[in-house]
Parts: sequence; C-alpha cells; structure tokens
Amino acid sequence: MKQGMFTIAENTPLTQSVYRMRLAGDTTAITSPGQFVNIKLDGYYLRRPISVCDCVSGELTLLYKVVGHGTEVMSRMTAGQQLDLLTGLGNGYDLSKSGARPLLLGGGVGVPPRYMLAKELIAQGKQVTVILGFNKKDEVFYEEEFRALGAEVRVATADGSYGTKGFVTDAMQDVAYTHFYTCGPEPMLKAVYKATTTSGQFSFEERMGCGFGACMGCSCKTITGNKRICKEGPVLVKEDILWQN
Amino acid sequence: MAELKVNLCGIEMDNPIIPASGTFGYGYEFAELYDINILGTFSFKGTTKEPRFGNPTPRIAECTAGMINAVGLQNPGVEKVISEELPKLKACFHKPVMANVSGFSVEDYAYTCEKLNACPEIGWFEVNVSCPNVHGGGMSFGTSPEAAAEVTRAVKKVTTKPVLIKLSPNVTDIVSIAKACEEAGADGISLINTMLGMRIDLRTRRPVIANKMGGFSGSAIFPVAVRMVYHVAQAVKIPVVGMGGVTTAEDVIEMMLAGATAVQVGAANLVDPFACKKIIEDLPAAMEKYRMTSLREIIGGIQ
Ligand SMILES: Cc1cc2nc3c(=O)[nH]c(=O)nc-3n(C[C@H](O)[C@H](O)[C@H](O)COP(=O)(O)OP(=O)(O)OC[C@H]3O[C@@H](n4cnc5c(N)ncnc54)[C@H](O)[C@@H]3O)c2cc1C
Ligand SMILES: Cc1cc2nc3c(=O)[nH]c(=O)nc-3n(C[C@H](O)[C@H](O)[C@H](O)COP(=O)(O)O)c2cc1C
Ligand code: FES
Repeated sequence: MKQGMFTIAENTPLTQSVYRMRLAGDTTAITSPGQFVNIKLDGYYLRRPISVCDCVSGELTLLYKVVGHGTEVMSRMTAGQQLDLLTGLGNGYDLSKSGARPLLLGGGVGVPPRYMLAKELIAQGKQVTVILGFNKKDEVFYEEEFRALGAEVRVATADGSYGTKGFVTDAMQDVAYTHFYTCGPEPMLKAVYKATTTSGQFSFEERMGCGFGACMGCSCKTITGNKRICKEGPVLVKEDILWQN
Repeated sequence: MAELKVNLCGIEMDNPIIPASGTFGYGYEFAELYDINILGTFSFKGTTKEPRFGNPTPRIAECTAGMINAVGLQNPGVEKVISEELPKLKACFHKPVMANVSGFSVEDYAYTCEKLNACPEIGWFEVNVSCPNVHGGGMSFGTSPEAAAEVTRAVKKVTTKPVLIKLSPNVTDIVSIAKACEEAGADGISLINTMLGMRIDLRTRRPVIANKMGGFSGSAIFPVAVRMVYHVAQAVKIPVVGMGGVTTAEDVIEMMLAGATAVQVGAANLVDPFACKKIIEDLPAAMEKYRMTSLREIIGGIQ
C-alpha cells in the first residue's frame, strides 16, 4: 500500500452516470488487476473505494458511477486538480488459474476491473471472452474498448434494448471456458455462482472504514475463516464463498 | 528542544501518542507504512475470551466529520492473540504495548486479563467497559459505577501491570463512574469510547448499519471528549488518557491541557494511515508556537 497525490488528467462522462477518470501519479503499489484505490475527497470523512480499471506506469484509469455525494463531487472535478489516494489495496485476481479460455463477467460498475484483467490475460495469450451486463442500452460502456483489446465481447441488457435480453448468465450459455472472473451486484454474483461449472473468482464490495485492514469494518465469513474484503479480498475464490442470505 | 516524554502509570513513554484500540489492529498493517516504534505505544484491538466475528455488515457508516462503527469486537480470542498476534506484533514493535480487553461478564474480563498478564510485551491493560456495540455486554458495565468498580477489582486481582479503565461517554455522570473505578484500584482512566449514533439511508429508508446503531467517533466528537476528560481529570488523582476526535498536534495539546497524561488517536488513523506519525512530527512546532517546552508540564495546565 502507498499513499500519494495524483493529478487528474481527464474526467469524462461515458454514460449519463458513469465517468472515466485518468490520473497521473505513483502507481508502483498496484500489482494486480482486481485491486482498488481509496480516494480522499474534501469535505468527506471516509475515503471512497474504486477499482483499478487500468494502470500503466504512472497512469491510472478509474471508472465510477455517480451514486451519492462523494462520487457526485468526483464528477465535477476537472483536469489538473489533485486527489489523495491510497493505492495497491486488496489482493486482486489470480491470473495463474485462468486456463486457456477465461470468461470475464461484469455487471454495471463491476465492469471496470475486468479491463486490466482482460488486457493482462490477452497479453499472456489467453482466449478471453467478456460478458458485460447492464440495465439498458444507454447504460452500456466499454464494449468497444474490450473488443480493441482482442477479447470476444458480449453484452446483455436486462430490458433487452441491446445485446442479449437478460443477465450476464443468459449470455454465457454456449461459451466454453476454463475459469471465470466476476464482479457486480450481489444478485448477479449469486446467479453466476449457480450458472458456472468451473472454479472462478468473485470480487466483493463492502462498506469500508479504512480499506487497508485496520478497522475490521469490512469482514465477511468464508469457508476458510473470517476475511477482510479490503485485505484478504476483494477477490474470493468460488470454493471459499459462504453466502450470508 | 521540545520535550515530548511523558510517564503513564510508571512507564516512561517517548511521546504521549497512542493509536486507539480498534483502529490499529495489532500494529503490523501500519508497520508496513512506517516504523511504528516512533509511537508512545499503541492500544491493540479489543480482545475477548472467545473468538468473535462481531456484528453483521454493513457495520461502517460515514458522518459529517466522523464515522459510525458497529464492528462488535471482532478478534481471534485471547488464545490466538497470544499465540499468533503477539509474536507478529513483537516483530515490529519493541515497546510495551497496551492490551485492550473486553468481556461480557466479570469472569470474562478476569480470565482474559490473567492470560495476557503473563505476556512480557504488555505494559498496560486498558479495560473497555464501554463498547456500545454488544447487546447486554460491555455497555452495562460502563453505565453503572458499581459494575465498573466490580470489573476493576476483578482485573486488579489477577494482574500485576497498570490497569486503565476505559469509559463510555454514553452515561449521565461519567465522573461518578471514574471515581468508582479509582476507588476500586484502577491505575488510570481512559476516555472516551465512541458515542452511540445512527444513520438512515434516505434511498432505502433503512438504517445504514445492519445492527441499526453503532459508535460515533472522529473529529466531530472532540469537544465532547475534551469536556469529559477535563471533568474526570479534575475529579480523580490517577492519570487520565484522553481520546475522541484527536486529529492534529494542536488537538493533542488541548487534550493535555484538559488533563490528559497521554492521548489516543482513533478514527483519524483509518482515513490517514500516517496520522499518528504526522502528529508526532508536528508536535515540536506546535509546542513552540504556544511557547511550551515540555509536554509533561502542560498536563492539566488549563487556567
Ligand atoms: C472494493 C470496491 C471496489 C469498488 N469499485 C468501484 C468502481 O470501480 N466503480 C464504481 O463506480 N464503484 C465502485 N465501488 C463502489 C463505490 O465505492 C461506491 O459507489 C462509492 O463509495 C459511493 O460513494 P458516494 O459518496 O457517491 O455515495 P454515498 O452513499 O454518499 O457514500 C456514503 C458512504 O458509503 C460508502 N458506500 C456507498 N456505496 C458503497 C458501495 N457500493 N460499496 C462500498 N462503500 C459504499 C461510501 O464510500 C461512503 O463512505 C467499489 C466498492 C468497493 C468496496
Ligand atoms: C473501527 C473502530 C473500532 C473500535 N474498536 C474498539 C475496541 O475494540 N475497543 C475499544 O476499547 N475501543 C474501540 N474503539 C473506540 C476507539 O478506541 C476510541 O475510543 C474512539 O473511537 C474515540 O476516538 P476517535 O474519535 O479518535 O476515533 C473503536 C473505534 C473504531 C472507529
Ligand atoms: S475497511 Fe478497515 S479492515 Fe477493511
């Protein structure tokens, strides 16, 4: 983990409520896709956890959805402004388990961490399929970006206004895969848990006090004992998950 | 030269800064960031007889200038704390540490303290009679002078190290509880624990915290803490450790003027992991600004 000041290079809307923020700063603490950063915002006590969407030497990309006060403040920030970030948080995905044909499933703001993951898996010569889930057509983002990486991309929308009608699990029926990686709202994660036949990795969210393992605010129970989502997570392997309700 | 040293219950400390229990784990997360031996000491995570997961999540809520936590004393239990956490702590921290202990019966407290008393790493006990998160648990001890005194006596009987009793602010007369603990043999008082608070999510109309309520702390509670530290320090002869909302070196000085011998920093560590390091570095300049040469001399120095 590192604390550092980052300078906003770009902050643009991708859809009505999803923004892309590019930041310049010391990214050396970020070691694997699936990790997150924790952002300090003026006037707000706790930091905001946001997944790393992409990271190339000194440049960090985040995709975030405006849902409350903090993300609203972020959406109004402009290039040149500075942000205090904790970087290199969480365990991240284990790429060594992917096999030859990894399947990546992301719903809504569960999409962003899939980007760096897809990029790295493709760089390793893996045949990557990405399934992105959204509510409706005008909420779709990053479809082309994933395609440009060389992934096979499918989109599912809940209302059927674009791509397959339904959830990501409705678009994976005929995909042959060796392992899967997923992130999204809990109902989606549960559906993926049921629909998948191989082992896989799930990324979870929880309300956080610190984001670096100090407060025990984000704990969850797993088959192998208590884990902190911010430290031993946010990625848990399928075999480890204990659904609470 | 600014003199930062203080003496807490007979143990010399390089400075009065103590990360508060529950915000610093068992130290090693922070040791990755800076040499934690610069601290006066730290109070480790509230330890209980049995392992505890704590309350269901969400158990954190943001507030203006603070936060609510309803962690509910998650810890691996005293056995594992001794066999697994203390060795890791010892590898990165070489000063006497403060052992924060919680319990759900007088016997629990005594059991846990007796076990920990044998550990040479431990300098002080900080007995939490005030955690507001556990139903029918810690709360009741901290709200009655008799119950707090009973815990104090039970712990004193089985320990050889200084025992601080950590008080809850969620009471009508904190002074009477502090005095009862002093009479029962406490070597010091630490205060304040978190204040009972609650938030409601406007979108769902539900409490943000699964457990409905939790302990409010952070810079917003600082004035309440200063007032309580002042009142308790005026009323007892034993040392007082002050905490609640401390964020800056100036806050530390204010707490000490109110009567604190040492000062704990809680929630501030969570938002800025370097908070305690910065406070220690800033203290000499802040002391110079207010023409103070020795922190020891300003304890209870309010005019
Ligand atoms: C590991 C992790 C990775 C995440 N990655 C992304 C991402 O890449 N893109 C994205 O858009 N969102 C992501 N989120 C969700 C994001 O953290 C929240 O949407 C954001 O904190 C909301 O802040 P706010 O101030 O706008 O909302 P408010 O409701 O005003 O926030 C109040 C408090 O609740 C917390 N909070 C609210 N919603 C969530 C949530 N879903 N999870 C955790 N804390 C929450 C806030 O951090 C803040 O402390 C991630 C969450 C986690 C835990
Ligand atoms: C996440 C969190 C966990 C805490 N856990 C404990 C605990 O285990 N035992 C205890 O005595 N106090 C605990 N506290 C209370 C703090 O030690 C401290 O008394 C209180 O937070 C006030 O200080 P602050 O305003 O600087 O945070 C906890 C506080 C927080 C924020
Ligand atoms: S958020 Fe503090 S331990 Fe995970």
